[in-house]
Amino acid sequence: MSILDMTAVELAAAIKNKEVTVTEATEAVLAQIEASESKYHCYVTVDKEGALKQAAEVQNKIDSGELTGPLAGVPVAIKDNMCTEGLLTTCSSKILYNFVPTFSSEAVLNLQKAGAVILGKTNMDEFAMGSTTETSAFGVTKNPWNPEHVPGGSSGGSAAAVAANECFYALGSDTGGSIRQPASFCGVVGLKPTYGTVSRYGLIAYGSSLDQIGPLCKDVTDCATIMEVIASHDTKDSTSVERNDTDFTSALVDDVKGMRIGIPRDYFGEGLDPEVKDAVLKAAQVLKDKGAIVEEFDLSLVAYAIPTYYTIAAAEASSNLERFDGIKYGYRTEEYEGLHNMYKKSRSEGFGAEVKRRIMLGSFVLSSGYYDAYYLKALRVKALIKKAFDEAFAKYDVILGPVAPTTAPKLGESLSDPIKMYLGDIYTISINLAGLPGLSIPCGVDADGLPIGLQLIGDCFNEKKLIQTAYAYEKERGAFGRKEDK
Amino acid sequence: MANIISDETIDYVGILAKLELSEEEKEQAKKDMGSMLDYIDKLGELDTEGVEPMSHVFPVKNVFREDVVTNGDIREEILKNAPGEKDGMFVVPRTFE
Repeated sequence: MSILDMTAVELAAAIKNKEVTVTEATEAVLAQIEASESKYHCYVTVDKEGALKQAAEVQNKIDSGELTGPLAGVPVAIKDNMCTEGLLTTCSSKILYNFVPTFSSEAVLNLQKAGAVILGKTNMDEFAMGSTTETSAFGVTKNPWNPEHVPGGSSGGSAAAVAANECFYALGSDTGGSIRQPASFCGVVGLKPTYGTVSRYGLIAYGSSLDQIGPLCKDVTDCATIMEVIASHDTKDSTSVERNDTDFTSALVDDVKGMRIGIPRDYFGEGLDPEVKDAVLKAAQVLKDKGAIVEEFDLSLVAYAIPTYYTIAAAEASSNLERFDGIKYGYRTEEYEGLHNMYKKSRSEGFGAEVKRRIMLGSFVLSSGYYDAYYLKALRVKALIKKAFDEAFAKYDVILGPVAPTTAPKLGESLSDPIKMYLGDIYTISINLAGLPGLSIPCGVDADGLPIGLQLIGDCFNEKKLIQTAYAYEKERGAFGRKEDK
Repeated sequence: MANIISDETIDYVGILAKLELSEEEKEQAKKDMGSMLDYIDKLGELDTEGVEPMSHVFPVKNVFREDVVTNGDIREEILKNAPGEKDGMFVVPRTFE
C-alpha cells in the first residue's frame, strides 16, 4: 500500500512500526499537493518548510517514547478560520489577507499535543458563509471527483484536500452543514459534534451558538480517533461542555442489532434527487439487514429550519464581524476622511458580497422595531425545532437521511440565487439549531460519478451511536474512493 | 406578502452595519433583503405564543475565573498585525478636533 492510500490511523501505526518515517509521510503528501494543487486549489496556505520542521520534531518525540498516540506523526490540514500561531489565517477574506495569529485554537493545540504535522490552511467560503467554497476571496476550490463541480462548503478546501490525498485528514467547522455537506460532495467522512464538545477558542466566529469544529477524514475509524483527540473541556470557551464519555473509539463496533433508526418522511419529499434518495434508502436497507429496527416517521417543522437559521446566523454574524474595523489587524482602506469613514470603507472593501448580505440582514433583524418580530420569533421557533427532535429521540437512537438534496452542482451555478443555495442546507441546518451531532458518510455515486452522502443524526452527546451505526454500515459497504490520482 | 425595502431602511441598516454600499450594491441589497424577509415571514405561520425564546440549547451559566494574567507580553507580535502602529500603540484616524 502506498503511503497516500493509508488512513490516518494506518499511517500512525506504520510510523510506530518504523515502516514509514514522519518525514517520508510529510514529503509524500507535500509532493501530492505540488502535483494536484493547481487542479483543485484546496489550500490558501501551504506551509512546506514548517511541516518538514514539525515532522522532524515529531519523529524525535515518537522515537523517544514521548508521543505514543494513534495519530502521532500524521499530517493534517486545518480550515483557514482556525487560528494557527505564526501561520497566516485569512477566513478566505480580503479583510484578513495578512493576519498572522499570535496564538493557536484549542482544537489545533490538541492535535499538536497528539503529534500532528500541520500542512497548511484550507480554502473555504468567506467567513464560512456559503455552500460551495465559491465565496472565497482567494479563488474557488474544485471537486477532486470532477473539477467542473464544486466541493461543497463552507469547509470545501478541507473536504477536497482529503479526497485528493493532499492531507490524511482535516479539520473543518460546521454552522449549518459546513462539514457534512462538503464531506458528502467529496466522498469523505465528516462529523459535526454535539455543540460544546470541541472548544471554539481560536475559531473565528460566524454564528457562535451554532459553530462547531469537527473532522473530515477517510473512514469512520479515523473519525472516532480524531474526535477523541480534539474533544476537550476548555475554560477559555464559556460554552464548552465537560464530558466524560469522549472515548469515541470504543464505539467502533460492527453491530447494529436492535438499533432504532428513524427515517423522517419529510426528508424525502419534493426537491430530493431520485438517485440520492435511492442510495440513502439502500443504505438504510443495509442497516436493516444487519438487525437494525428501521421505520419511517414525521419529524415536522423541517421547512421552518432554513428561515430560522438564516435569521439567527445572520444576527450573530453581524455582531461577531463588528470586530473587523481596520484598526487592530487586517485590511485598512487607503484613503478616508475620519474614523467612521475609515471603518465603513475598510469593511465595504474588505468583505465580499455574501458576507455583506448577511451582515445587512443580521443588522436589520436585530434593529429596534424588528428585533421581536424577527430575531425573537426565530429563537422561539428554534425551541419548537429542538422539541421536535426531543420527541423523535424518545423513539429512535439515530435519525437517517440524506445530507443534501443533490450531489455537487457545477461551478458557477449556485451563487446567483441565494435562496436556492440556502435550500440546499435543508437537511443539515436544523441539527445545528438543536445542537445535535451529525455524521456524513459516503453511500454511493450518481450516474455522473459524483459521491452521495448518508447523514446520521443523534441526540445530544450520542456521537457514539452515530459512530457505531456508520462503522457497521462501512463494514458492509466496503472501500470507497476515487480511482484516479492514486 | 412582499417586503419592500426603502432607501431609508437600507441607509439606516448601512449605518448599523458600518457598511458603505455603492448605488448598485444598494439596489441589490434592497432586492436581496426583501426576498429574504419574504422567506423568513414563513415563520409567522407558526403559533409561538407562550414559547420561550431559546438562545442556547443547553443551560449555560456564567464561567468565572480569577483575574490573573496568564499570557506573556506579546505586544510586539500583536502590533505586527496592525495596519498602523506607532510607539507601541495602534494608530487611528483623528477622532477629536
